[in-house]
Amino acid sequence: MSSIGTGYDLSASTFSPDGRVFQVEYAMKAVENSSTAIGIRCKDGVVFGVEKLVLSKLYEQGSNKRIFNIDRHVGMAVAGLLADARSLSEVAREEASNFRSNYGHDIPLKHLADRVAMYVHAYTLYSAVRPFGCSFILGSHDEDDGPQLYMVDPSGISYGYWGCAIGKAKQAAKTEIEKLQMKDMTCRELVKEVAKIIYIVHDEVKDKAFELELSWVGEVTKGRHELVPKDIKEEAEKYAKDSLEEEDDSDEDNM
Amino acid sequence: MLEESSLQPEWLSEEVSTGTTIIAIAFEGGVVIGSDSRVSAGASVVNRVMNKLSPLHDKIYCALSGSAADAQTMAEIVNYQLDVHSIEVGEDPLVRSAATLVKNISYKYKEELSAHLIVAGWDRRAGGQVYVTLDGLLARQPFAIGGSGSSYIYGFVDAEYRQGMTKKDCQEFVVNALALAMNRDGSSGGVAYFVTIDKDGTDEKCILGNKLPTFFDE
Repeated sequence: MSSIGTGYDLSASTFSPDGRVFQVEYAMKAVENSSTAIGIRCKDGVVFGVEKLVLSKLYEQGSNKRIFNIDRHVGMAVAGLLADARSLSEVAREEASNFRSNYGHDIPLKHLADRVAMYVHAYTLYSAVRPFGCSFILGSHDEDDGPQLYMVDPSGISYGYWGCAIGKAKQAAKTEIEKLQMKDMTCRELVKEVAKIIYIVHDEVKDKAFELELSWVGEVTKGRHELVPKDIKEEAEKYAKDSLEEEDDSDEDNM
Repeated sequence: MLEESSLQPEWLSEEVSTGTTIIAIAFEGGVVIGSDSRVSAGASVVNRVMNKLSPLHDKIYCALSGSAADAQTMAEIVNYQLDVHSIEVGEDPLVRSAATLVKNISYKYKEELSAHLIVAGWDRRAGGQVYVTLDGLLARQPFAIGGSGSSYIYGFVDAEYRQGMTKKDCQEFVVNALALAMNRDGSSGGVAYFVTIDKDGTDEKCILGNKLPTFFDE
């Protein structure tokens, strides 16, 4: 956190002598300040999990969503400046809608990710605007191409993933994700693991209460992106809390 | 008959139309699309060997009817749009995409244009497909006929079409339908072109006028 731009960091239209665009890097720091979001692709679908920090007891439960629907078959989980993320979700919705209007079918996820990434990248070119301070994960499932997962960051690049994490605990989350054999799992199994990972990476000390947001898209939802139904979500959260207790218990035994 | 007092023959001021017969039919794994070859300006045959089957992409063709200029231009524009689209998306375009692009132009300019394109082709998701885009609607059908000559063969195609026809059956169906229409319609004639499209590629054929199948009174 001690990187000083010393005059090369005032606008996105300036390179530093060592070839960095500091404004874009600062935008990525903004994402790292936000709470974690993960997306994992399995055999028959994609599951998103978001750790939604509850800053006040007065918040209505279920408001302040961090998972969006972009067209029927695409979901988007975000981390970073939420206002920027909401604006980008509108951009993504327009892209998907225009594609459907022009070409008569669902937009392929790779194409959508490329288009939104291009839009994000455009804001890293000029001094008159600032880069978007959010990363997001796009996921969808269709009969022919199966499940797909793409992540876009503030620099405007997009990668395809089997599993990815964004936000403050992304390193810890990635470690947990790498332990999973996601290619052999189904969505139902994966939902529980995603909940568990969010519970694991949540820092009880620094951030108090949180709400878990879970969504999925796959054969189980017939290709539609939806929030995970209440009963399945409760089962997943119970599994997550129980696994955490088990680990705590086994730690005590070792002492 | 008294000559018109204009200094030009009548056919120069008549719109050039591909008064035509076009037909397309889908089978399991592909499509066959066919057309006649006559281009007329009023009573004059301006081109007797025009190929009205225009490629929109490697495995997607369209058949032109109505005003020759309108139809050709629509096909050219959609060909360009599909080229860009397939590069952006990184794979071969769907037949549905091609048909939607044609429909979008047809509908937006329906007052100005006078052309009907039948779009047919093969893609890896839905196999062989035939789409009708008349007047700006979009409808998928097992087979489709169009152009001025099509009125004479509605009975024939309705009676002869069966589900589950093979590629060869479809080719015969197309050639017979074209031959019958070309015989009866004054604005259709010449040679019969047909293209067979499946996952292995496209095969263009032409049958000369004297080699077409013959029916009653020929």
